[in-house]
Amino acid sequence: MEQPNSQSNQTEGQESNAAGITPSPVAAALQRENPEWVREVIEALGETTIIVPREHIANICALLKTAPDFQFNFLADLCGFDRGPEEEPRFEVNYHLFSTLKHHRVRLKVLLNEDDAHVLSVSGIWRTANWHERETFDLFGVVFDDHPDLRRILLPDDWQGHALRKDFPLRGYEPYSLE
Amino acid sequence: MSTAVNIPPQFEIVDQPLDTQMTISMGPQHPSTHGVLRLELVLDGEMVVKATPDIGYLHTGMEKLFEYRKYQQGIVITDRMDYLNPLGNNLAYVMAVEKLLQIEIPERAQTIRVLFCELQRIASHLVWLGTHALDIGAMTVFFYCFREREKILNLIEAASGGRLTPSYFRIGGLMMDIPAGFERRVKQFLDDFPHAVQEFHKLITGNRIFQKRTQGVGYISAEDAIDWGLSGPSLRGSGVDLDIRRANPYCSYETYDFDVPTEPDCDVWARYMVRMREMDESHKIVQQALARLRPGPVKADAPKVVLPDREAMKTHMDALIHHFLIVAEGFDVPAGEVYMPIEASKGELGVYIKSTGGPKPARVHFRGPSFVNLSALPDLARGAMVADIVAIIGSLDIVLGEIDR
Repeated sequence: MEQPNSQSNQTEGQESNAAGITPSPVAAALQRENPEWVREVIEALGETTIIVPREHIANICALLKTAPDFQFNFLADLCGFDRGPEEEPRFEVNYHLFSTLKHHRVRLKVLLNEDDAHVLSVSGIWRTANWHERETFDLFGVVFDDHPDLRRILLPDDWQGHALRKDFPLRGYEPYSLE
Repeated sequence: MSTAVNIPPQFEIVDQPLDTQMTISMGPQHPSTHGVLRLELVLDGEMVVKATPDIGYLHTGMEKLFEYRKYQQGIVITDRMDYLNPLGNNLAYVMAVEKLLQIEIPERAQTIRVLFCELQRIASHLVWLGTHALDIGAMTVFFYCFREREKILNLIEAASGGRLTPSYFRIGGLMMDIPAGFERRVKQFLDDFPHAVQEFHKLITGNRIFQKRTQGVGYISAEDAIDWGLSGPSLRGSGVDLDIRRANPYCSYETYDFDVPTEPDCDVWARYMVRMREMDESHKIVQQALARLRPGPVKADAPKVVLPDREAMKTHMDALIHHFLIVAEGFDVPAGEVYMPIEASKGELGVYIKSTGGPKPARVHFRGPSFVNLSALPDLARGAMVADIVAIIGSLDIVLGEIDR
């Protein structure tokens, strides 16, 4: 995953984060605030992805929401991704931030290990995260700590497993029964 | 939060529900829930103390299915999400894949895409208007709306062969060019449509019952609307001037001349007026797109991605090979990830695609506007009357096919 991205960085002639210089003003501001907050910056296809440590995600989101330079007041989307059972870290959670005032976007990404797939909820920062996080919990089994109402949302409450994980078969394990 | 109706303290949820409160289940088979949506309502008399949406009845695992299909096979799945706005879904999906592939679309294809998306937006708003009015009790409007929608579906059918599931936009352009005489038929529709909108206004806009049922109902402030992630007409009904066609333009929308209607009232009536005015704006855009149509190719020059012409296949060996490879094996999409937002008829439709190389995506996620708009319902419904719930759901314009995916 990292190989093609670093290549595309070179073809676009942009500075990679290796030297600690980030072309994205969002990443630069985060790094100024706390150097630990930015793990990696990927600039590709006109989109900025910032990989951040999971323990800081709520602080980072709260800062980006209120910082006058950015005003990411709109959480456009939150979704998970499973890299596969043999990968470690296995899960990615993507936060697509948008500003209704400045009309710019950024993607934050958190990487989670399978045996400790916990991340702080951001539903206290944007209430719209509530259902997105429930969906990610339902389909991937990622637990959002401090979420007010973390229940399954699309699948039935007694469903076994998490359907969008790569090791979950397309047609399920057995026909679902209401019994 | 700051709802217009302040709930008196006696309407808090109590421990002995049978004393004053009652929990009832609205749906899943309820005609006003626009599909299979269940609401768990805690009522005090006729006042809603708490509304909890229960979704998932239409869940079919579409996002899972994408991972098992080639990129071009995913287009037909998108048709079935928001089935009132299939061309918008097609557009968001194919543009996301095109962004990963970094291919340019010819101008004629872009113009036709805009033309169809705006026709589809009108069609989607017509279904909303018909069912919304029907929910509130005005039955006649439904027939007028579906009469006009039929004309748009005929146009879509003429170009793509499908009425509800067109799959007309393909990765790299269009399925095929519009048929001969199509411009004349669109022009005929455009000439008739303003009269139809006037009819709708005559039918309900001035109707005092309709006004009483919608004004001041389902209040949500601009701040709350942004916090809840509302988008599209539901957000513009709270006075927020945000349209993805303007904020992050795609398909050359920045070159079209149109207004973004907003209403300051934050209620069901405001959202109604925004959508009514949006139909006029879409009408304007279709007119401009029609005037811009110039002869040219409708498929990108990318032989490894776009299916070749039938004639070329009969005479050129390489065209035949490309055709075979695309159909049999698909095409490789370079590794990467994109989030492609568009302004669909109901709001921001975002498609997230993650590719790890190969002919199938590793992850496709749809940020459906209906899903997010519905999540704000508990806030909108608090303190409302039971009968108003129906009006509020109608004003959010949800489609359960997209919510449950």
